[in-house]
Amino acid sequence: MKNKNPVAVRCKGVTKTYGTGDTQVHALSGVNLEVYAGEHMMLVGPSGSGKTTLISIIAGVLDRDGGECVVFDHDFAHMSRYEKTRYRGQNIGFVFQLFNLIPSLSAAENVAVPLLINGVRRREAIDRAREILGRVGLGNRTFSLPEELSGGQQQRVAIARAIVHNPRLIVCDEPTSALDHETGHKVMELLCQVAVGTDRVLIVVTHDARIFEFASRIAKMDDGHIISVTNTPCYVSDEKKE
Amino acid sequence: MNFIALKMLVGNRAKYLGIIIGLTFASLLITQQAAIFLGLMTRTYSFLADTSLPDIWVVDPKIQFVDDLKPLKETESLRVRSVEGVAWAVPMYKGLLKARLPNGTFQTCNFIGLDDETLIGGPPEILQGRLADLRRSDAVIVDIVGATGKLATVLPDGRRIPLRIGDTMELNDHRAVVVGICRVQRTFQSQPVVYTTFSRATIFAPRERKLMSFILVKAKPGQDFHELCQRIRQITGLAAYTREEFITLTVQYYMKYTGIPINFGITVVLGFIVGIAIAGQTFHNFTLDNLRYFGTLKAMGASDGMLLRMIMLQATMVGCIGYGLGVGAASALGFMSGSTELSFQLPWQLLLFSAIAVTLICVASAALSMLKVIRLEPAIVFKS
Ligand SMILES: Nc1ncnc2c1ncn2[C@@H]1O[C@H](COP(=O)(O)OP(=O)(O)OP(=O)(O)O)[C@@H](O)[C@H]1O
Ligand SMILES: [Mg+2]
Repeated sequence: MKNKNPVAVRCKGVTKTYGTGDTQVHALSGVNLEVYAGEHMMLVGPSGSGKTTLISIIAGVLDRDGGECVVFDHDFAHMSRYEKTRYRGQNIGFVFQLFNLIPSLSAAENVAVPLLINGVRRREAIDRAREILGRVGLGNRTFSLPEELSGGQQQRVAIARAIVHNPRLIVCDEPTSALDHETGHKVMELLCQVAVGTDRVLIVVTHDARIFEFASRIAKMDDGHIISVTNTPCYVSDEKKE
Repeated sequence: MNFIALKMLVGNRAKYLGIIIGLTFASLLITQQAAIFLGLMTRTYSFLADTSLPDIWVVDPKIQFVDDLKPLKETESLRVRSVEGVAWAVPMYKGLLKARLPNGTFQTCNFIGLDDETLIGGPPEILQGRLADLRRSDAVIVDIVGATGKLATVLPDGRRIPLRIGDTMELNDHRAVVVGICRVQRTFQSQPVVYTTFSRATIFAPRERKLMSFILVKAKPGQDFHELCQRIRQITGLAAYTREEFITLTVQYYMKYTGIPINFGITVVLGFIVGIAIAGQTFHNFTLDNLRYFGTLKAMGASDGMLLRMIMLQATMVGCIGYGLGVGAASALGFMSGSTELSFQLPWQLLLFSAIAVTLICVASAALSMLKVIRLEPAIVFKS
């Protein structure tokens, strides 16, 4: 099945090796992957298969050793450190397993951070952050500190932070694994609602088979390779039998 | 991003207070000890500061500081007077004399004899009586701290009765009558100061061949002091210093030949090290605590410059608070010790000095943290 949308992320023969000599680990040994605009791609696979390494390279926080990787026609390998940082700030949203909200900032202030990084004035940034918090159902918790929120609420704040600056690529590493299943499910519902868009790409790394249904396609990794890319329905049934 | 930096800092209450306490302690220690040192050094030349009328002090060439007394022959003052450019030259006696207290004990006093005719070189401030009263027989003027302190009569019940005008005292077995009370700057040895005339001083003083300690010289208007000093040295073979030169000579002697600067220097350096150790260490730990968030900011597009500015702002904030508290506490201590034996001088130069010290501590602390944050790989954000 061929997607009619343009390719947004293209990886070709991407390699990454950690360490040297005896302790060398080939985390990625030639990864090929294409993600289309508007897609919600999930990356699954056993622990240590290289999922985190791959999205780190795609999101420009880690340098690859070899191969090609182009994100919206930009190749991080051809950018300076500063350009990479700026590109990330303007085009990429992040969601982490442990939320990574700054503990001394309120929900709205946390959500405002990407705007502040991009030079938006404080008042305007906070106003926009409040608006987005409303969209993730936390309009009444804008002044709360992270510690005053439940895990699910914190992850919703993190999602708001990931989308507030309208990035073209959103990467999530295990966004539901610190949450119970019901909360995780709700968080994924929300993520799909607010983060998926026609010219935007959402890549989610997960172990959690119960959220596979949210993906448009699923790439399965093992030992530093993509071993299969499938559309959701058949994949879900496969995975559940294992 | 500035308010984020400050909120991160203040949000970590324990570390925040730890850093501030370290900096406060350091700036307190540095400022207070240096102020006491400066105070002590001022006291070494307080007599010179008090005696402001003469332009030039002529002394024995071998003397090294103001209390290093090597008397001159009285005829020398005539020779100095005849040097071209000298408006006047008068003798002065300075020595230590034992005063016998009513209870039978002795108290050493600084004894100063002023030129009989002019009474030049008298105390800077007379509180009671008049300087001219020194011309009465057996007259002396006593400084207020001595009169109410070491020279006061102690009653059996512990009460002190200060020395007053009209009281008599015994100086080296001679009768003296108090005709005035003056105020002088505290001296290094903190002994009472007693003024009288030169001729009476030579009677009271232990017999010696030479009794003139200094020749006080006033230059004629328009005279260059340094040229005049040069001329006096050439013609008389004595040493001649301007007041500033004599002060410098005295301070240099104390700096060179006493352990005082080293002692205070060690404390100041210790304050500096303690500051770096406590504040620097805690600031570094604070940054380590927040490394995860710095990494997150970095991943989300915060540039190195942005993060460095945040750390700089944090360091500036704790630096200012710590400096303010430390210097404030030092001034408060100085103020409270104003009426005691403790010397304390806090000129703006010293405030600047401790500001620089605190800045250095903050820069050293922040530099360590900055290095950490610059080296931080944004990829750590995905590590759990
Ligand atoms: N910084 C590193 N230094 C050395 N080896 C590393 C580093 N990061 C990852 N690895 C190794 O690279 C391989 C791939 O790691 P990666 O984190 O990408 O796996 P993963 O699929 O995300 O695993 P998990 O599901 O446990 O998160 C693993 O063998 C891991 O031990
Ligand atoms: Mg992982």
